[in-house]
Amino acid sequence: MSNPVKGRPPRVGDAPAFRRTLIGIVLALVAIVIIAPLAVIGYQAFSQGLQVYAAAIAHPDTLHAIGLTVVTALIAVPINTAFGVAAAWAITKFDFWGRRFLLVVIEIPFSISPIVAGVAYLFVYGLQGLFGPALDSADIKILFALPGIVLASMFVTAPFVARELIPLMQAQGRDLEEAATSLGASGWRTFFSVTLPNIRWALLYGVVLCNARVMGEFGAVSVVSGNIRGQTNTLPLHIELLYHDYQTAGAFAAASILALLAVVTLIAKVLLERQGAGRARRRPGLAAPAVAPKTASAEVSS
Amino acid sequence: MKIRLDNVVKTFETFRAVRDVSLEIESGELVALLGPSGSGKTTILRMVAGLEYADAGHIYFGTEDATDIPVRDRGVGFVFQHYALFPHMTVTENIAFGMKVSKVRRDKAAIDARVTELLRLVQLDGLGERFPGQISGGQRQRVALARALAVDPKVLLLDEPFGALDANVRRDLRRWLREIHQELGITTLFVTHDQEEALDLADRVVILDKGQIVQQGTPEDVCRNPASAFVMNFLGDTNRFTAAVSGGVARLGNATIPAPGFSDGPVEIFLRPSDLGWNVSGEGIPATVARVIDRPAGRRILAVTASGEAVELDVAPETQVSAQDKGIIIIERARVYAAA
Repeated sequence: MSNPVKGRPPRVGDAPAFRRTLIGIVLALVAIVIIAPLAVIGYQAFSQGLQVYAAAIAHPDTLHAIGLTVVTALIAVPINTAFGVAAAWAITKFDFWGRRFLLVVIEIPFSISPIVAGVAYLFVYGLQGLFGPALDSADIKILFALPGIVLASMFVTAPFVARELIPLMQAQGRDLEEAATSLGASGWRTFFSVTLPNIRWALLYGVVLCNARVMGEFGAVSVVSGNIRGQTNTLPLHIELLYHDYQTAGAFAAASILALLAVVTLIAKVLLERQGAGRARRRPGLAAPAVAPKTASAEVSS
Repeated sequence: MKIRLDNVVKTFETFRAVRDVSLEIESGELVALLGPSGSGKTTILRMVAGLEYADAGHIYFGTEDATDIPVRDRGVGFVFQHYALFPHMTVTENIAFGMKVSKVRRDKAAIDARVTELLRLVQLDGLGERFPGQISGGQRQRVALARALAVDPKVLLLDEPFGALDANVRRDLRRWLREIHQELGITTLFVTHDQEEALDLADRVVILDKGQIVQQGTPEDVCRNPASAFVMNFLGDTNRFTAAVSGGVARLGNATIPAPGFSDGPVEIFLRPSDLGWNVSGEGIPATVARVIDRPAGRRILAVTASGEAVELDVAPETQVSAQDKGIIIIERARVYAAA
């Protein structure tokens, strides 16, 4: 990276001192802010040996918390993905009254504190709340049960998929969909064979972010779940509980599982992306017409 | 298929894009909608396609009222300005798309045969396995045309089809589209803001301004008899003068221009650069040369008249003239319109 021509003045930001300082600052920040805490989790979780770690994980309450977190994600993420795609489609492909308003409303969960969302749900579904008595008499439990946890998680993560898709779909415009429709394609056909293939990486990224946030959500869920150990405790809530009980090893063990879930989602995303990108690179192998044109998958940017 | 527009109106929020347009396109005709941006030409095309619905009026395909038929069932081939090829499909897949999604079932062999035939028609044999990102702009536009033709549309609609291409490719594609039209005989309507493109390609040119048709006719018609000052101005370079008519004759400098049928009063006179000549003396407008621009086909003189008006005129390449020369602009042809 050194200046190949001696005596030539450096371009902007090209001076070695500047470059080293900048890279140094970034690396130091990453180490202090991101790597170190994660390393501590791993170290503390295993500090008392593998057996203690395994026992902490195998504790029924912890296992239940893991299960609840995964179930919540399995419900909330697909619903929010469908919502995000529908919202992005509606906002970018149709003109309707209230479009701009909808765009702002979708962003609200981003800017609002999750705890506010939790309290709001309490007022809506709680016993003293709006629908509380009606739900109670119908014997439907929303709060302090799985539905409440899912709803709160969905509120918090509602914008993730839509926010990834809207700028992309806006940039792509409506031409492709109009072309498909003018060629006789139905709405579904247009969506699945034209729109979806062109937004899939953004969609995937939105889903990964949404999933990470659902699994990690603390504030909103802690209000509506009631923190009942072994019943309505999700993994983040369980970690806090263990920590307050001075069960350090258990807390760190559970935290390591949560971190692991996050890392697995990220790895899955990278792998999927790489597979897609690899295909994109391979498929346009012009020299080899043997490549089956029917394995349509990857986007070729022009 | 014959297309008829009957008092079609379209308003976007508060903007009247199309005002009461009626137009007939004969079966097999190649018609250009020509106008400046904002004249409503693209909106008209999109209404014929069914991509926009008319607020009022009717659109007929043959004898059938197509006004409310959705684009999917209208059976038009639409070519977009920026091609709108599906980037994740090969050229072959793009062309086959319409046949695959069609309600009319076709077997794979029939689709393949049709794609091969279309690739030959648009002169892209051998490029079927490429992706749109791997071919040139002109090739992409030809793929877009093949894709539109694949579903045997009743009408072919093209929105600024050559707008995004460079000048040479544009000229070639224009001639080539003309040949394809001759070969297939499909009713074709295209939109352009480029008068040269419209005159080059179309059987009939429809000139639009502010959402209304201001003139329609063959290229010869509109060139030789522009119906208004707007058409005159829009079709090519002009010099505009105001003058007064008295006794059926207008006076410019010391030249007289016949203005039969005009009552005494102010008029606008339009002079094309090619309708003017340059001489050291004679009857015309005295002027001073400001600059001479040399072009392959001749020389263009930028002159300033005694009263300070700028005039452009084209003269033969061998004309000897240079800046600061004084002389007379000779008027060979002029068009007179009532003052606006």
